[in-house]
Amino acid sequence: MKTLKLLEGWKKDLSKYKYLYIMAIPMVVYYILFNYMPMYGAVIAFKDFSAGLGTWGSRYAGLKYFSLFFNDVYFGRILRNTIEISLLDLAFGFPAPIILALLINEVRQNWFKKLVQTVSYVPHFISMMVIAGLIIDFTSRDGAINDLLALFGVERKTMLLVPGLFKPIYIISDIWQKIGWGSIVYLGALTGVDPELYEAASIDGTGRFGKIIHVTIPGILPTIIIMLILRLGSIMNVGYEKIILLYNPTIYETSDVISSYSYRMGLQNMNYSYSTAVGLFNSVINFLLVIGANTISRKVGETSLW
Amino acid sequence: MVKRKKIKRSFGDVCFDTINTVILLFVVIVTIYPFLYVLFASFSDPSRFASHSGLLLRPLGFETRAYKAVFENQNILTGYKNTLFYVVAGTAVSMLITTLSAYVLSRRGYKLKGFLNFLAVFTMFFSGGLIPFYLQVNSLGLADTRWALILPSAMTTYNMVVMRTAFSNVPVSLEESARIDGAQDFTILFRIIMPLSLPTVAIMVLFYGVSKWNAWFYAMVFLRDRQLYPLQLILREILVLSSTSDMVTDMYANKDLLSETIKYATIIVATVPILMVYPFIQKYFVKGIMIGAVKG
Repeated sequence: MKTLKLLEGWKKDLSKYKYLYIMAIPMVVYYILFNYMPMYGAVIAFKDFSAGLGTWGSRYAGLKYFSLFFNDVYFGRILRNTIEISLLDLAFGFPAPIILALLINEVRQNWFKKLVQTVSYVPHFISMMVIAGLIIDFTSRDGAINDLLALFGVERKTMLLVPGLFKPIYIISDIWQKIGWGSIVYLGALTGVDPELYEAASIDGTGRFGKIIHVTIPGILPTIIIMLILRLGSIMNVGYEKIILLYNPTIYETSDVISSYSYRMGLQNMNYSYSTAVGLFNSVINFLLVIGANTISRKVGETSLW
Repeated sequence: MVKRKKIKRSFGDVCFDTINTVILLFVVIVTIYPFLYVLFASFSDPSRFASHSGLLLRPLGFETRAYKAVFENQNILTGYKNTLFYVVAGTAVSMLITTLSAYVLSRRGYKLKGFLNFLAVFTMFFSGGLIPFYLQVNSLGLADTRWALILPSAMTTYNMVVMRTAFSNVPVSLEESARIDGAQDFTILFRIIMPLSLPTVAIMVLFYGVSKWNAWFYAMVFLRDRQLYPLQLILREILVLSSTSDMVTDMYANKDLLSETIKYATIIVATVPILMVYPFIQKYFVKGIMIGAVKG
């Protein structure tokens, strides 16, 4: 009786929302084909993948590829680079848009405000290829940056061949690329700060700088905290796109990260199982970090991602 | 900020504004200068440019030979055509699937809503990784076809979530009265919800369009046939691969002079279309981003 009733309920639901379910078909097919099948496909991290046998038919190899990875001579290097790049980006890349938003907020001439915003958003729309091309060109031996430094007597060098310079180049260009776009969220939050608080502060004789410290920053603090927590959730997630365009074997020592290593092992060395194990290791850590970050943000404030 | 019209500004105020303006001007210049440099270099006389050192404040001489070479280059022209196709077809497919999904997830009351929602959102937090994805696309027979750049990356879940939020902000009463008039979901979506969410739809078209114009990674991974290459892959050969081989051999002396300015002209040609649409979409940015910030 009960199952019949349940079945009846589903039948009613299906007929009532028939068109809605039809509309859901492309989405379901898309996610299954391009997200969930690859998630299943990640089992090859536990198998000796061979193209002839396929994902399903390849033989299980247990944790062989994970133990290979943890004992890999490069394991420490890519882990260190990933965390270092992430932390540097957190230290410099995270505050930059906040500061920009605060400064823009203090501008009184509307046209200047607009100008700064318009210009600073532009890099977000430029392709990574062009940006990488610009970086390579500007840091090359006869590039603009060397031209400038030469004026101060600094010796010319192809900067992307110097291991110690990769991280600064990566971080500075990242800030250049993201500062404007990143500030939008904070500018949005700034519109929500109560104007009366500024007036009250004025009456108390607080100066401009004081108001930023005591009124503006506390006003956007919830947004800052959420963005920070989200950022912490992706601390092990350094993308490969920019890195594989900029690095070269001479500077792998400082530039190779987990994702770029996984890319190189998989698509260049065709070591599919190994690359998948590396990727899966990274995915699982990222997933746990995001879950952790979200749990914290729910506890700290009322805000969370879900 | 509160407007304080006729009140005399204090000394501290003036200092503050001056420093602020100087910092922001610096940001503007640092952001825009690389592009100006490229623009100036692309119009410069190749030999004068090669012997030049330091920053460029205007073109050195005036030459359009580099542009001529770019527009005569068959690779670039084919790449341009391919990219236009990928942008138009890709955006159309992406918008169709994203709109349908966003509509489905913005409705209430049906039983599978929780499941479908989870199906979508989970993909934002976990993925099988590059190789399983690569093998899957290959096994579907999409590798080395134009479809490889259109189908696998058709939906950006984040965009869909933004659109879902916009759709669920349309008053339910409008939908209800349409249903009383006998309208079905397709009619409601395309006749009521979409027109009322036009700004968000416009932003999504442009976000997808820009990301497809700029996309290169899947093209590099999935395409072998040069006839299918998008512009970004041609750019890669000109900007990244050529210079890395230069870096390794360090044979700067033998470099063809014109090839330097051609490089810059290519960057301009590949970037200008994006910068042309930019002023039109700019006013929607804040709205588009803030909608995404609302949790759904």
